[in-house]
Amino acid sequence: VAFEIAITAAKAVFTILLVLQVMALGVFFERKVSALIQDRIGANRASIFGVAALGLINTLVADPLKFLMKEDVVPAGSDRLLHFLAPCLAVTPVLVTFAVVPFGDVLEVGGREINLQAADLNVGLLYVLAMASLGVYGVVLGGWASNSRWSLLGGIRGSAQMISYEIAMGLGLIGVVLTYNTLDLQAIARQQGELLWGWLPAWGVLYQPVAFLIFLVGGIAESKRIPFDLPESESELVAGYFTEYSGPKHLMFMMSDFVEVVLVAALITTLFFGGWQVPYLLRDGFHLPGGATLLLPSWGVALLQVTAFALKLVFFTFFQIMVRWTLPRFRYDQLMRLGWQGLLPLSLANVAVSAVLLTLFARPAG
Amino acid sequence: MNALLFLVLAVLTVTAALTVVVHPNPVHSGCALVATLFLLSVFFVGLDAQLVAALQVIVYAGAIVVLFLFVIMLLNLQADVRTLEARPLIVVAAAGALALAVLVLTLVRRATIGPAASIPAGFGETEALAARLFTTYLLPFELTSLLLLVAIVGAIALAQRKG
Repeated sequence: VAFEIAITAAKAVFTILLVLQVMALGVFFERKVSALIQDRIGANRASIFGVAALGLINTLVADPLKFLMKEDVVPAGSDRLLHFLAPCLAVTPVLVTFAVVPFGDVLEVGGREINLQAADLNVGLLYVLAMASLGVYGVVLGGWASNSRWSLLGGIRGSAQMISYEIAMGLGLIGVVLTYNTLDLQAIARQQGELLWGWLPAWGVLYQPVAFLIFLVGGIAESKRIPFDLPESESELVAGYFTEYSGPKHLMFMMSDFVEVVLVAALITTLFFGGWQVPYLLRDGFHLPGGATLLLPSWGVALLQVTAFALKLVFFTFFQIMVRWTLPRFRYDQLMRLGWQGLLPLSLANVAVSAVLLTLFARPAG
Repeated sequence: MNALLFLVLAVLTVTAALTVVVHPNPVHSGCALVATLFLLSVFFVGLDAQLVAALQVIVYAGAIVVLFLFVIMLLNLQADVRTLEARPLIVVAAAGALALAVLVLTLVRRATIGPAASIPAGFGETEALAARLFTTYLLPFELTSLLLLVAIVGAIALAQRKG
């Protein structure tokens, strides 16, 4: 039993470390990608001893340290308890969601098969939705507890936006569940290892392209970033729901934003782009469509899979930051119209069409 | 479910539930309600009902109470001073509490604790619950969805009349 607990703890620590690393990379991307898109060099004074790559230390170490050293200002007339709780409520649900995201298939250690997923839940996908729906409290309470008009407006906008897009996102995922017949993210990832016509990896995006689009848009809206950053909207609300936050608490809100970006990337990877799957890589090694095989030990396969998952994660994080620096912000009425009159009917139609198609051309249960 | 775990959870849940009723500030009451609903879902997990636990959080803690808080914030309700001037209300509430106490006491005294039943495989998982819901309990399920539809149509009708 102690061994089992140790393994679970190790997997949980690994997951959190992986996520936080990608998040830190996201912060770095935010600076460099914005520069790329605006045709500047960006953050070019950050090199240490003339080595530009060492400048990463500034992003990864010096920046968080700076936040931790800053004064923690609590505005007068604010609700001290909720002002303190809000950042915690923002960051915790996002971090714990990663527990059900698989980062590899299985690793054989001493005749024992270890499932590379921190928590193997039968209701995995619903757990993701449940935690995502709790994330809204950080925004709402942060906005209310600050005793500031900017914050309150941001909080109200945030709650309306997140609830609206959660519905479309949840309905979009029903198509995925219909396709794979399971809510378990590991099982979904495993099924994407099959091949279509003997050569094309059967990744979810091929079966559910519409669900992918809905999830992508809904996911970016949930992470409250441009073009859906109305809860923050710097130009009109200063910083929205976290206007009155400074120091460590501000860092926690910022962190929850970036971790949400990574979470959306992780879910898109797992549901639509094969998760940890490397094309043609099975449990014992590569099996190319031509018939060539290359056998690998279990740890080698696991290492390749985890690397593939991490790379896909980094790619979709990068992609979301590209979107953020490319598009302008929606107006509030456009935001609501897109959510309720665009995404919601589209996701309902996707469910209906998927159900009919699956009934007509039912895939063998597997 | 572990007895110690149950005790801790029970104390936390009752405290949170009491906070909902007693706290003068409506936003704090709302937060306590979220905590109560979340703790209830932990109970469901302890009882091998993962699906019910997840739905509990998604529907109640994640959506309905957010809308409560949304309305409280929009109306900007301040902490109100409780004035229990309505004496009849206190009498009725006391009578209700007494009746509940009698009911619980009677139940506890009459109850006999049998041997624990074994849990069938897949209990509380999505497949098992869905199978029951769409066979044995199909009619109540459909009637409930009809009821919800009526409520939605009613809400839209009310909103249209105002505008």
